Amino acid sequence: MPGQAAELVFNEATKLYEGREEAAVDRLSLTVPAGEICVLVGPSGGGKTTALKLVNRLISLTSGDIRIDGTSILEQDVVELRRSIGYVIQQVGLFPHMTVEANIGTVPRLYGRPRSWIRTRSAELLELVGLDPSYAKRYPAQLSGGERQRVGLARALAGNPPLMLMDEPFAAIDPIVRARLQDEFMRLHEEVQKTVVFVTHDIDEAIKVGDRIAILRPGGRLAQYDTPAAILERPVDDFVAQFVGADRALKALALRTLAEVELGPPADGPRVPRDTTVRDAVSKLIETRADSLAVTDDDGRIVGSVWLEKLV
Amino acid sequence: MVVAAGPVIPDFGSGSSCEVNNGWFCTDWVHAHWGDTLQPALLQHVELSAIAVAVGLAIAFALALAGFRWRLLDPPIGALSDFLYTIPSLALFQLLVPLTGLGVLTVEIALVSYTLVILYRNLIEGLRSVPADVVEAARGSGFTRTQTFLRVELPLALPALLAGLRIATVSTISIATVAAFVVAKGLGNPIFIAIKQDSFKTEILAAGGLAVALALVADGLLVLAQRALTPWTRRARA
Repeated sequence: MPGQAAELVFNEATKLYEGREEAAVDRLSLTVPAGEICVLVGPSGGGKTTALKLVNRLISLTSGDIRIDGTSILEQDVVELRRSIGYVIQQVGLFPHMTVEANIGTVPRLYGRPRSWIRTRSAELLELVGLDPSYAKRYPAQLSGGERQRVGLARALAGNPPLMLMDEPFAAIDPIVRARLQDEFMRLHEEVQKTVVFVTHDIDEAIKVGDRIAILRPGGRLAQYDTPAAILERPVDDFVAQFVGADRALKALALRTLAEVELGPPADGPRVPRDTTVRDAVSKLIETRADSLAVTDDDGRIVGSVWLEKLV
Repeated sequence: MVVAAGPVIPDFGSGSSCEVNNGWFCTDWVHAHWGDTLQPALLQHVELSAIAVAVGLAIAFALALAGFRWRLLDPPIGALSDFLYTIPSLALFQLLVPLTGLGVLTVEIALVSYTLVILYRNLIEGLRSVPADVVEAARGSGFTRTQTFLRVELPLALPALLAGLRIATVSTISIATVAAFVVAKGLGNPIFIAIKQDSFKTEILAAGGLAVALALVADGLLVLAQRALTPWTRRARA
């Protein structure tokens, strides 16, 4: 089965539907380094889902090329290609007639893995996505929306693919569970280090999970491809500036945690843990009307303090 | 028109007083004729129905496969099976006799035509009801078209197919009694003989009752099959 992370290169990738004037994806060129999360974001009509589906050939390229670790997707057998790419979609698409374990075992079964191997692998993956092993024998109808998407993630990881495609994976989940799934996805990514292409229409989600963000404008043209910090600090044009929002300076604060800030001497005040984002710390200052916050370490001991001038 | 000269005295043979008086249900007659009349008729009835449902299922499956893959074929196939279903069974039997003779083949052709509409419609609806995201996940995970059909679409159409199979089986068992018009087989045969003998009630009730019992048993077996084959449909979120 496939292995670690792969580099993904879009080279002038274009999709033009028959009978339409404007391309869905227009000469898209970008490189996702191995092991990074690239978020495709943009307004609807920006072709982000189309761009994603070009990679596993659910949609066929009109012109241009896409290469995974140097090999063109067009040179590979389409079924083999798809088995080597993890695929997660918004509606999850779990097989309702199969147990969680059988769902997770989908790709290993296609590779002819024995049942015992699949059972062990599925137990490992359930643990990895934060579900109890007792879920193995349940059917999708017995799971909540958040649990289903965890299983969807486990299914996509089961073949150990070097590349994962995720199409608005958390969009249909309520905000509280979504935030937790985003956190867990990022922790999981640290652990498995796959190359990920992640589609969302939510710029906050893009900033949170992305190592790099590609902003697409209507007509499927790339507006800017950069790190979240660079996009927030230096949007290339009005379209990008408008898309990231007037509060982009505040959004940029969410990219750093208090652990990356030079702390003042320990002082009294509302307590916040060190892994709080700078944005949340500023929000806390405004909310409590305090002059400073007491920053605590993992054991809850006060290790320093911050105030507004230190944060912005 | 024959005008009887006097009251007709039915000849019910030399049976018990119950039989002679054409009572509602003479158990001694049933005991005496189980082996030579009722049991053979029941077994023939099972055979007639089983062949009809099996052949009907095979044909409906092939048609549904075509109607599902090539959507243009669905309306004509659906209309044809609808049309066959609207022909009254007696008329259909009579229409077929000049073509296929007074035999089992005629009966089976008629019975099979009646199963088609239910089996075809249920199967194609079942296949169509498979959610698009499930099919997309299958394709995206690297299933071939055949694998998507056999491992995802067909199993998910199974509840609808089995529901159709239940209706088709029960109605075939019922309609098969009319087959006795064409061929002296099945539970309809003792009923027809009894009607000709001034409606001998016991024989009508016994044969009719067996047909009902057979339908109930067949339906019960299919319910059990449904439970065994589609365990996911009974597990909702607790």
